[in-house]
Amino acid sequence: MATVEARGLKKYYGEIAAVDGVDLATKDGEFLVLLGPSGCGKTTLLRMIAGFEAPSAGELLIGGEIVNDLPPRARKIAMVFQSYALYPHMTVFGNIAFPLKAQRMDRAAIRKKVDWAAALFGIGHLLDRKPRALSGGERQRVALARAVVREPAVFLLDEPLSNLDAQLRASARDELQQFQRRIGTTTIYVTHDQVEAMGLGDRIVVMRAGVVRQIGTPRDIYHEPADTFVARFVGSPSMNLVRRDDYLLGFRPEHFLPRGVQGGGASAGFSFKVTRVEYLGADRLLYGTLAGFSDEKVIARLPSTVSVSIDAEKTYDFAVEEKELKFFDAKTELRVAARPL
Amino acid sequence: MDAAVKSRPPPRAKATGVVLDSPRWLGPLFIGPAVLYIALLVGLPFVMALYYSVSNTTTGGQTLGYVGLKNFAGVIGTPKFQTALKNTFVFAAISQAIIIVLSHALALALKKDFRGKRLLRFFILLPWVAPISIGTIAWLWIFDSTYSVLNWTLRMAGLIHGQGFMWLGIPHLAMGSIIAVHVWRQLPLATVILLAGHGSIPQDIHDAAAVDGAGFWRHFFQVTLPLILPISLVALLFGLIFTFTDMIIIYNLTRGGPYDTTQVLASLAFYTGIAGGDLAEGAAIALFLFPLLLAVALAFLRIARRTEVI
Amino acid sequence: MSERIKAIGVRAARWTILGVITFFLAFPFAWMLITTFKRTSDLYNLKHNPFLFYEPPTFEHVHRLFAETLYGEWLLNTALVGVAVVAITLVLAVPAGYALARLTGGLGEKLGIGIFLTYLVPPTLLFIPLSRVVVNLHLDDSLWSLVVVYPSFTVPFSTWLMMGFFKAIPKDVEEAAMVDGYSRLGAFLRVVVPISLSGILTVAIFSFTLVLQEFVYAVTFISSTRNMTVGIGVPTFLVHGDVYFWGSLMAGCFIAGVPVAILYNLIVDRFIAGFTVGAIK
Repeated sequence: MATVEARGLKKYYGEIAAVDGVDLATKDGEFLVLLGPSGCGKTTLLRMIAGFEAPSAGELLIGGEIVNDLPPRARKIAMVFQSYALYPHMTVFGNIAFPLKAQRMDRAAIRKKVDWAAALFGIGHLLDRKPRALSGGERQRVALARAVVREPAVFLLDEPLSNLDAQLRASARDELQQFQRRIGTTTIYVTHDQVEAMGLGDRIVVMRAGVVRQIGTPRDIYHEPADTFVARFVGSPSMNLVRRDDYLLGFRPEHFLPRGVQGGGASAGFSFKVTRVEYLGADRLLYGTLAGFSDEKVIARLPSTVSVSIDAEKTYDFAVEEKELKFFDAKTELRVAARPL
Repeated sequence: MDAAVKSRPPPRAKATGVVLDSPRWLGPLFIGPAVLYIALLVGLPFVMALYYSVSNTTTGGQTLGYVGLKNFAGVIGTPKFQTALKNTFVFAAISQAIIIVLSHALALALKKDFRGKRLLRFFILLPWVAPISIGTIAWLWIFDSTYSVLNWTLRMAGLIHGQGFMWLGIPHLAMGSIIAVHVWRQLPLATVILLAGHGSIPQDIHDAAAVDGAGFWRHFFQVTLPLILPISLVALLFGLIFTFTDMIIIYNLTRGGPYDTTQVLASLAFYTGIAGGDLAEGAAIALFLFPLLLAVALAFLRIARRTEVI
Repeated sequence: MSERIKAIGVRAARWTILGVITFFLAFPFAWMLITTFKRTSDLYNLKHNPFLFYEPPTFEHVHRLFAETLYGEWLLNTALVGVAVVAITLVLAVPAGYALARLTGGLGEKLGIGIFLTYLVPPTLLFIPLSRVVVNLHLDDSLWSLVVVYPSFTVPFSTWLMMGFFKAIPKDVEEAAMVDGYSRLGAFLRVVVPISLSGILTVAIFSFTLVLQEFVYAVTFISSTRNMTVGIGVPTFLVHGDVYFWGSLMAGCFIAGVPVAILYNLIVDRFIAGFTVGAIK
């Protein structure tokens, strides 16, 4: 059973808690994403799972065994680093073969495995090159091949797409997910990019300041955020949050539409004064303020299919469907049940 | 959660390779031998030197009696010592001053790339990369009172008549010659260090200064110089250490002469302690170097701290 | 128009400075070379222009150097001591540099500075007690005294250099090796050391040149001519009283000086980069 489990895991650096009590358990074969802003502890958590940092408290289990005292090489894990960490003095073949050499495999067996791993990622023609002669995308594939070749129980990936340019990133994301589905190994993936997280993850662990704020599928995270942090972190532009008495009212820009455009069903009305219109092609972003809510700034997103004409400096009658309104306690920031308006 | 499963604690994987993996063990293992060696061959002799200076040891003798500060007291009053002390500072100050000016000029001249730069750099580096004693002997030949090529050239140029200067035989000339050789020896290193400093200034800054209308001198003194100040201080400190502690140049050029006028603390310590056999007095003289070096070291640390703040 | 004149002026100044200073720095070596090959009768004739060869060049000085002095012996001695000291230095300094670069926290920084500071304790302070130690160990007048003592100045600086080189290697390459199946020690040997080979070579060459240059300890510990190194043999032996055999002396200097210079020149860039790592931001 190749699952990773953290129980009350903590990591202190002096007085500072980088990870302050994390409980999670992966499902066998799932793609789990650790998502959060920099400094939230996701990388520290990953490094504890890999074995580079010893936990200050709590237990870490891989495959049902407590591994707190095991060095990285004994944990049956493979890791892809943000910089890929290819061995610069070895060829691509040497890089991929390296973990197998550590296992004292014989040369013929190594050859077979390296060819298999290289074929998986289409880099068989690069085996004689050195890393410095490779492009970013090619290096990434070599790193993946090296990770795969030992057939580990768990893959750990530390922001492996952040060094690629934007265009490459999208296609790399696609390939990565297909590859993981095919090979079925439990994968833990760290990123600060919520688009990546939503696109790749079976489940997402949203972290902030060393603690887990929510674990759930992308759908859960997006539609049922557990607190205001999760609500604002995922989704671009972020969810609108306006204050009303002692709670916060949240609604996403795409649900904030002109009254006429809203479908039937109960909806809450707002008086929206538009200050700026951004025409982005597929969408229009409307920036403005809400009357009656102490002029808090809100954003509306109109798809191009809605052709209502909107001008700046005018006030319009907008509405949000009641089922899309989320309520949060203003003090604890946690999600609470719906209230009457 | 199944109650039966909950009651069984999960198995703990066995810890392997404690020494090979743990930083706590590997660290001391890796650094231990070097530290031990240095403690034995630098630390220990240093302490011994301290003790010798307050004893009456000689090279032949077996005695090691404590005599308090007698050696220091005895030595401080002698004109030999005072000359040596004065010379140590004078040589260091003058040679470093000349080196600062020349190395900055040379570094500026070498900044741009041009054909043959590598070859030129090789020639410039020669005094530093060749062994000290070898270079000094070449100068001994150049300064030779009879056959000096310097004298010949000056005579040919009509600047002097007759035999020429006794470069190493007349006290102030001898001092000048020694300073010249110090400058000759260290200028390459100082220049190369400055060049590295120049290279670390992003071109953008120079461009911005040009756009802002800075002329050559303003550009140099208000933009370039402040930025290479830390590294030029590093060069200065290394140079000071060398000039304070060197006895090779003096040993080979003048042996401290004429009449002990070019002695410095380091060479005097050598002649007294080894050639003269009075280990205790030699140690005492050498120890006067230590406060100077300590001051230099502390200055260096402060600069290193300030520039390493990232 | 005055801009052009200024530009020409600047260029002229640049080349003048370069020319004069380079001449000052390189001349003694050219002079060494000329003297080596000039016949004695030509060399000591005050009426002759020292820069010209009035008689054909000769190998007599070089020949005398190798045939009538122990110069060859000295070269061998120096080479042996050099190789031994480099080996000791690498064994001590490479792991120590790694430890300082990676494995230690605040203590590590203090140790690193401490090790560097020992470089500032000069031989001219230590040679007096060390001379006693050498005699007590019965190593006086033996090359072994040098082999034992020389690492005291090669190791501190080499450790500091290696620390700089190791710091430049990203940690994640080592961590990758640890994930791939090696212990920290294994990762060090199999990945870090191969990657830093050029740095290790720099330290080896630098230590070798330090050995070749050393004077104070050699002149203190070695007394018989047979055991001398080239650095002290040439100055002390080839100067017989007041009669200097300048031709052979210069030949000895040139042979002992220039090949070392060429070797050192190969590593000067890395060397400067290594020890200015802290001072340049």
